[in-house]
Amino acid sequence: MSNLQSIAFYWPELILVATILTAIIYDLFTRDDSHRVGIWVLIGLILAQTIAYLTGNGTITTLFMDTLAFDPFASFFKTLVTIATVFVILVSRENDELKGYRTGEYYILIAIMAFGMYLMVSSIDLIMVYLSIEVVSISSFILAGYLKNSLRSNESSLKYVIYGAFSSGLMLFGLSIIFGLTGSTKFSEIQTAIGQLSGAADLALMLASALILAGFGYKISAVPFHFWTPDVYEGAPTPITAYLSVAPKAAGFALLIRFFHNVFSDGGLLVPAQWLSATELPWPQLIAVLAVITMTLGNLVAIQQSSVKRMLAYSSIAHAGYMLMAVPMLSKEGVYSILLYLVMYMFMNLGAFFVVMTVRNRIGGEQLDDFRGLGWKMPFVGVVMTVFMLSLTGIPPTAGFIGKFYVFAAVIKAGSSFYWLVFAGAINSVLSLYYYMRVVKSMYFSGKSQEILTYPGKLLTLLLICLVVPTIVFGIYWAPVADWVRNSLMFFTQIH
Amino acid sequence: MVANILSWIVWLPVVGLVAILFIPREKKDVIKIIAAVATGLQLWMAIMLWLNFDSSSGSFQFMERAEWIPSFNISYALGVDGLSLPMVILTALLSFLAIFVSWNTDKAIKGYFALFLLLDTGMMGVFVSLDFFLFYVFWEVMLLPMYFLIGMWGGPQKEYAAIKFFLYTLVGSVLMLIAILALYFTCGNTFDMILLMERAPQALDGVLWWGMSAIKVIWVMLFIGFAIKVPVFPFHTWLPLAHVEAPTAISVILAGVLLKLGLYGMLRVNYTMLPDAVFWFAGSLAVLGLINVIWGALCAMAQTDLKKLVAYSSINHMGYALIGMAAVIGASAMHGQDYTAAQAGLSGAVFQMFNHGTISAMLFILVGVIYERAHHRNIDGFGGIAKQMPVYAGVSMVAFFGGLGLPGLSGFVSEFLCFIGAFPIFKAIVIISTIGILLNAAYFLSAYKRIFFGELNEKYATLPDINGRELFTVIPLAIITFFLGVYPKPFLDIIRETMNVLIDKVVLIGSIAGM
Repeated sequence: MSNLQSIAFYWPELILVATILTAIIYDLFTRDDSHRVGIWVLIGLILAQTIAYLTGNGTITTLFMDTLAFDPFASFFKTLVTIATVFVILVSRENDELKGYRTGEYYILIAIMAFGMYLMVSSIDLIMVYLSIEVVSISSFILAGYLKNSLRSNESSLKYVIYGAFSSGLMLFGLSIIFGLTGSTKFSEIQTAIGQLSGAADLALMLASALILAGFGYKISAVPFHFWTPDVYEGAPTPITAYLSVAPKAAGFALLIRFFHNVFSDGGLLVPAQWLSATELPWPQLIAVLAVITMTLGNLVAIQQSSVKRMLAYSSIAHAGYMLMAVPMLSKEGVYSILLYLVMYMFMNLGAFFVVMTVRNRIGGEQLDDFRGLGWKMPFVGVVMTVFMLSLTGIPPTAGFIGKFYVFAAVIKAGSSFYWLVFAGAINSVLSLYYYMRVVKSMYFSGKSQEILTYPGKLLTLLLICLVVPTIVFGIYWAPVADWVRNSLMFFTQIH
Repeated sequence: MVANILSWIVWLPVVGLVAILFIPREKKDVIKIIAAVATGLQLWMAIMLWLNFDSSSGSFQFMERAEWIPSFNISYALGVDGLSLPMVILTALLSFLAIFVSWNTDKAIKGYFALFLLLDTGMMGVFVSLDFFLFYVFWEVMLLPMYFLIGMWGGPQKEYAAIKFFLYTLVGSVLMLIAILALYFTCGNTFDMILLMERAPQALDGVLWWGMSAIKVIWVMLFIGFAIKVPVFPFHTWLPLAHVEAPTAISVILAGVLLKLGLYGMLRVNYTMLPDAVFWFAGSLAVLGLINVIWGALCAMAQTDLKKLVAYSSINHMGYALIGMAAVIGASAMHGQDYTAAQAGLSGAVFQMFNHGTISAMLFILVGVIYERAHHRNIDGFGGIAKQMPVYAGVSMVAFFGGLGLPGLSGFVSEFLCFIGAFPIFKAIVIISTIGILLNAAYFLSAYKRIFFGELNEKYATLPDINGRELFTVIPLAIITFFLGVYPKPFLDIIRETMNVLIDKVVLIGSIAGM
C-alpha cells in the first residue's frame, strides 16, 4: 500500500507520536509534579489503543510500501505492549527509587519505547526490523540508567549499551549478508529468493541466520545472549525492570516468530509449514537445544541468588526458554501457545516485580532476607506474592500453569521426536519450584503474627489486585484469552 | 437426595474457606466451628451418597458434566463408582475428624483451617473427577496447602520436610502431565476419562516411541507419578520426614488419604486406560510391593520415634495393597483363569487402602495425644503409661493390633485377601512377604510393651488420660475397624461390581494384546 493510503491504518501510532511530542513540551510546564507527564502519556496510549480497537476489523495488509504489516498478529502484540506500559507508568508514581528525580523524560522515554515496539511487532522489512529494535534499545539504555546517583543503575545502563551495541552490530551484519544473497530487504521477497538459492550459498545463509538470531536472542534474553539480563535487571529502577522483562521480550518474540515463519519456512500460519530445505542448518534441533539451555541455565543460576530482583531476572531467562520450546515446531499451535504464554507471563511477572518494589519501598531492600516474615507483616502483599510465585512455577490453578500447559501441548502434538524437549521443560519446572518457594518460605515460615500490619499504598494495592486477579482467573477460566489469541493468529504472508 | 451432590461434596470446603476469610482472626471459635460444619456437612453428604449408591452396577453414578474450555475439549465431569466411593467416604470422615484433632492449634488459626479446607477440596476432587485435566488440577491443588500446613505448623525440621514433599510430588506431577497430554493427542483429542478408557487401548496399540511401546512408556510415566504419592520404594524417602514433621491432623490426612491417591490413580488410570501393560508390569508391581513390605517393616523396627515407626508402617501396609493389585492378572487364561483369586486380590487392595486409612489415622491421632502431654515421642522414654492412662492404653491396643493385622480387626481381612489373591501367581513373593507380617507384629508389640507396660515412669505420674474430644476422634475409627474386621461384607459389596469391571477390562484387553 502506498504511503498516503497507509495513513488511514496508522492513526494509533500517529497519536502516540503526537503524544510523545506534546509530552516533551508539556514537561517544560510541570515544575512541581513531573508525574503529570505520565498521565499525559497514559491518556495518549489509551486513546491510541482505543482507536486501534475501534478501527481494527481483521484486515490484513501491508503499509508504507511493504515495510510494516497490518494484521491481527501485530494488533495482539500492540495491545499486550500497551497493557504492560499502562501498568508500568502507573506503578512508577509509587516508586520510591525515583523520588528526587525529574520524571518527565522518564515517561517520554517509556512512550518512545512503546512506539518502537509497535514498529517491532509489525515490521516485515529488514531495515525496519533494525530501526525498530534500535528505537526500543536506545530508550531502554537510558531508562535503565535513569537513577543517576545510583552506581548500580549506571553500571546497568553501561552494560546494556555495550551488549546492545554488540548484538545489534552482529544482527546488522547478518541482515546485510541476507540482503547481499537475496537482493531484497522485504521478508516475502527474501523467502522467494532463498527458495531459489543454489547450494553454494548455504554457508553464507547459515552465518547470516545465526547472526540475526543473536539480535533476537538479545531481545528475548535467550542463552547465549543473556549476559546483560541479570545486571541490567538488578540495577534498573524496578518498574523499568518489570517493563523490560515483559514488553520488549514479547516484541522480540513477535519479531522472531514472524521472521522464521515468513523467511525460513514455506508457508504461513494457517497452513502447515516446513522449514525451508535450502538452509542446511538443522533449525528445529538448534532452537530446541537453545531453549533447553536457556531455561536450564536460568533456573540453575536463579537458585543461587540471594536478591529476589536478580532471581527474577534469571527466572525471566528461564521463561524465555519455555516459550522458545514452542518455536521449532513452526506450527500454529506453537505460535498459539507462545502468545497465550506471553499474556499469562505478563500478569504474573509484572506482579512479582511490583511486589519487589513494594517491599523495597516499605522495608528498604530487595534481598531474600528483606522478605523474611513478610507474610505476617504485610498479609496482602504476602498472599499476592505467593500467587505470583506459584504461577511462575506453573502450579494450577494459576495462569502460569495454563501457559505451560499450552506450550507442552504444542510440543507434544508435534510428535515423539520432540518429547525429550517436554521432559526438559518439565524437569525445569520442578527446578524452578525450589527457588520460587524459597521466597514463599521466607515470607511465611519464619516470623509470627504481628499486631500492626502494613499495607501498600492505595494505587499500588489496586495495581496488584489488577494483576493478581487475572493470574488466578485465567488459571481457572481462560477461554476469553484463548479466543483472543486464536483470532490473532493471522499475519501477512505470501503463500506460494 | 441433593442435586449435584458430588459438586457439593467437592466444593463445600471452599464455601467454608470463603466464610472463614471474612471472619476476623480473633474469633477463633467461630473459625473452628465453620470448618467443622463444612466438613460435617460434607461427611453427611458422603453418607447420603453411600446410601443412594447402587452397588449392583459397576459403572459411574451421580455423573455431572459441564463444558469448561470447549476449545481444548476440557470439561467439568464428576462421577463415582465402587472404587471412588469408599475413598470419598474415607476422605470426608478423616477430614471431619481432623478438624477436631487440630482443635487446640493456636498459631494462625485462620490460615490453618482455610488451607485445610482447600486441601480437603483437592483430595475430594481427585477421587470424583472424570476429566483428566480436572483430575490434574485437583491433584496439584493439594500441594500448596500441604506445603504450608507442614511448613508452618510442623515440627523442628518442617521447612526441609515441606519442600522435599513439594519437590518429590511435583516431579511425579509433571511426568503425569506429559502422559496426560500424550494420551490426549493420541486418543483423539479428549480428556474425558471414560472415553480415554475406551479409546486408549486401541489408539496406542502398536505405537512405538524410540523403539519402545508407547503404552509402556505412558504407563511408566503415570506409574512414577502415582508411585511417589503411595509411596513405592524407592520414591518413599519424603514420607517419613513429612509424616513426622507434620502436625498430627495433617499426618492423619497424609497417611489416611494422600497415600491412597497414588493407589487410586493407578487403579483408575493405569489399570483402566492402559490395561495391556498391566500384564507386563504386574510382576514388577508385586516385587515392588514385596520390597515395600519388608523394607517398611525393617525400617519401622529400627525407629525410636513412635511417629516415625507409624510412618514406616504405612510404607509396609501399602506394600500389601500393591501385591493385591498385581494379583489381577490371575484371571487371565495365561495365568490359570482364577477369577476368584483376582477378585480377592483387587478387592483386598482396595479394602487395604480403606483400612489403612482408618487404622493409621487412629495411630497418628494417638501418637499426637501422647505427644501433646509428654512433649516427646521416644518409645523408650515412657514406660508403664497403662497404669496412668488406662483408657488411652485400651484404645491404643485396638490401633496397634489393627496395625499389626490381628484377626478380628479389619486390617487382617484386607491383608489376607491380598495374599490369597496373589498366592496362585506370585507364590514366592507372598511367602516372603509373610515375614513382613511377623516383623510388623514384632515392632508394634514391642513398642506397645515399652510404652504401656513395666514400671511407671515417675515423670509421667500425673499425665491426664485421653479426654473426651480426643476420644471422639478415635472411637468412630475404632468401631469401623472392629466392624469391618468381623463383617467386611458391606464394604466388599460396594466395590465388587466395579472390581469385576476392572478385572474384565484388564483380562479382555490384555489377552487380545497377548502381552
